[in-house]
Amino acid sequence: MPDEPVSLPRRLGRRAFLGRGAILTAGATALGTVFRRAASAEPGSDLPPNVPPWMTQQGAPIVSPAYGEPSPFEHDVVRRPRAKTPTMTASSSTTPLQDLHGIITPNGLHFERHHAGVPAVDPDTHRLLVHGLVDRPLTFTMNDLMRFPSVSRLHFLECSGNGLWTGGTTKSTVQQTHGLLSCCEWTGVLLSTVLGEAGLKPNATWVLAEAADAAGMSRSIPIDKALDDALLVYSQNGERLRPEQGYPLRLLLPGYEGNMSVKWLRRLKLGDQPFQTREETSKYTDLMPDGTARQFTFVMEAKSVITFPSGGHELRDHGFYEISGLAWSGRGRVTRVEVSTDGGASWADARLQEPILTKCLTRFRLPWRWDGSPARLQSRAIDETGYVQPHRPELVAVRGVNSFYHCNAIQEWQVSADGAISNAV
Amino acid sequence: MRSRGLAAAILAVLCAVPRQAFAQDGPTYGLGQPAAPSDIAGWDIDVRADGQGLPPGSGSVRDGLKVYAERCAVCHGDKGEGNPMDRLVGGAGTLASANPVRTVGSYWPYATTLFDYIRRAMPFNAPQSLTAEQTYAVCAYLLYLNQIVPADAVMDAETLPKVQMPNRNGFTSPDPRPDVHDRPAP
Repeated sequence: MPDEPVSLPRRLGRRAFLGRGAILTAGATALGTVFRRAASAEPGSDLPPNVPPWMTQQGAPIVSPAYGEPSPFEHDVVRRPRAKTPTMTASSSTTPLQDLHGIITPNGLHFERHHAGVPAVDPDTHRLLVHGLVDRPLTFTMNDLMRFPSVSRLHFLECSGNGLWTGGTTKSTVQQTHGLLSCCEWTGVLLSTVLGEAGLKPNATWVLAEAADAAGMSRSIPIDKALDDALLVYSQNGERLRPEQGYPLRLLLPGYEGNMSVKWLRRLKLGDQPFQTREETSKYTDLMPDGTARQFTFVMEAKSVITFPSGGHELRDHGFYEISGLAWSGRGRVTRVEVSTDGGASWADARLQEPILTKCLTRFRLPWRWDGSPARLQSRAIDETGYVQPHRPELVAVRGVNSFYHCNAIQEWQVSADGAISNAV
Repeated sequence: MRSRGLAAAILAVLCAVPRQAFAQDGPTYGLGQPAAPSDIAGWDIDVRADGQGLPPGSGSVRDGLKVYAERCAVCHGDKGEGNPMDRLVGGAGTLASANPVRTVGSYWPYATTLFDYIRRAMPFNAPQSLTAEQTYAVCAYLLYLNQIVPADAVMDAETLPKVQMPNRNGFTSPDPRPDVHDRPAP
């Protein structure tokens, strides 16, 4: 592409995008071709005016394979280890947010965080024990649990370690900076329904949730949350849970830090105080600059990130692009997302794509015309409580840089004149 | 017509369920089986800060040194210095510094959590393989390495909950967030 004169980035404002529906529609098609331009530039027999070979012979038969897989051309759309860890069983992998569309995370791409690997739990012998401060200690089979009235709800799940207090490196992708984030339709039974079967003693104020993995991973859940919107989940996105997501049974606490949504759930014990497990004392506590640590910081605060364009992407042509990203809040619905292309000097309202659900990812979009000059892309989410996603310096001023968890700072991607996108650090 | 048919269908379903299932003070659905005390005992492995859940048995610092050397040191270092896995010893006075060192000694608020965690999750290559005596002993040794208990200490269901951890009062709750307030949206 020949060089074009470089001009200042177009300032984004409401007015700039009024009446641009036609451009938006055309652009949606153009966007799909952005990364194919290189291929079409090379001579090849598959390109027009030739007829490609897949039109001149039968394709693959049905059920090959019986459980469908993505196109082999999508082989780079995979989870990746988040960091080097001493073992691969106490570790985490990230969702390739830069390659996903809409709000649903495909089951095979849901992020992982395991403390002792993925156990191979037999659903026929798996049991859920509910005991402690209850009237009737009960044991449930999976068959029992699936007979209860069920609910299906869309919720995000985010590790409280998602987000980098230090900001990462210039080469960081959104998978590396924000990939401990996924969103599924979860199907199961309300935890309150199952607890009702056991009957709660009046002094039951906390629930210990314990996993059937080799860490016996355990967290204390406040009873108010347990009786509010907590779910015992056996399906995600229409099929039974993936082993990495807790097959055959997991807890799901909408809006709370992912670690509390205990996978491979085997035991719920009602108590009158938190159980002070390792994962709520030594870990998942937030160290402040004064040396004290916040304990039981459960909610994932409002956050957003631009997933296109983002670190590692490349804009090969000047012209129309749709800036797109994800916003979410553990306190409820996202009500507004603002996008800046000039590093926060000016902001424009992004369009929020339906559905806009509580404690769920919301996809936002903003049309943008890149004129070839450097740009600084930011997004910030505002939720139904009025909370505004903060800039990193504001977070650091209060919490320092050693609290490790719950970093929900505004993310910036830098667009250079050659179209390369990098993480702003 | 249609709604009346639906109501009749719902009524029929309700009548088919035993009345007992709808008793206010009993279970609604009648699903699940009563849990036998013996079954509960096998799974009820948690230990609270007040010591509830600690099993019979005891372990000394001296016994713990041996168990630790055989089962723990390969991951946590001969003296709990860590590498490749978590550092367990030291770090006193560093929590408010630029480079805080979070260990059992400097950070953990409850000694009982040590027993709970070791029993359920350690050693990494063979969780739930230590006896209660071995687990008490490892707790004693780690507390000794952190200079929290003396060399002749013995840990059991009575003594472990009474250990005063240095950072016992270092944790705050409830959650003070939202604690950062960006400028309001225009």
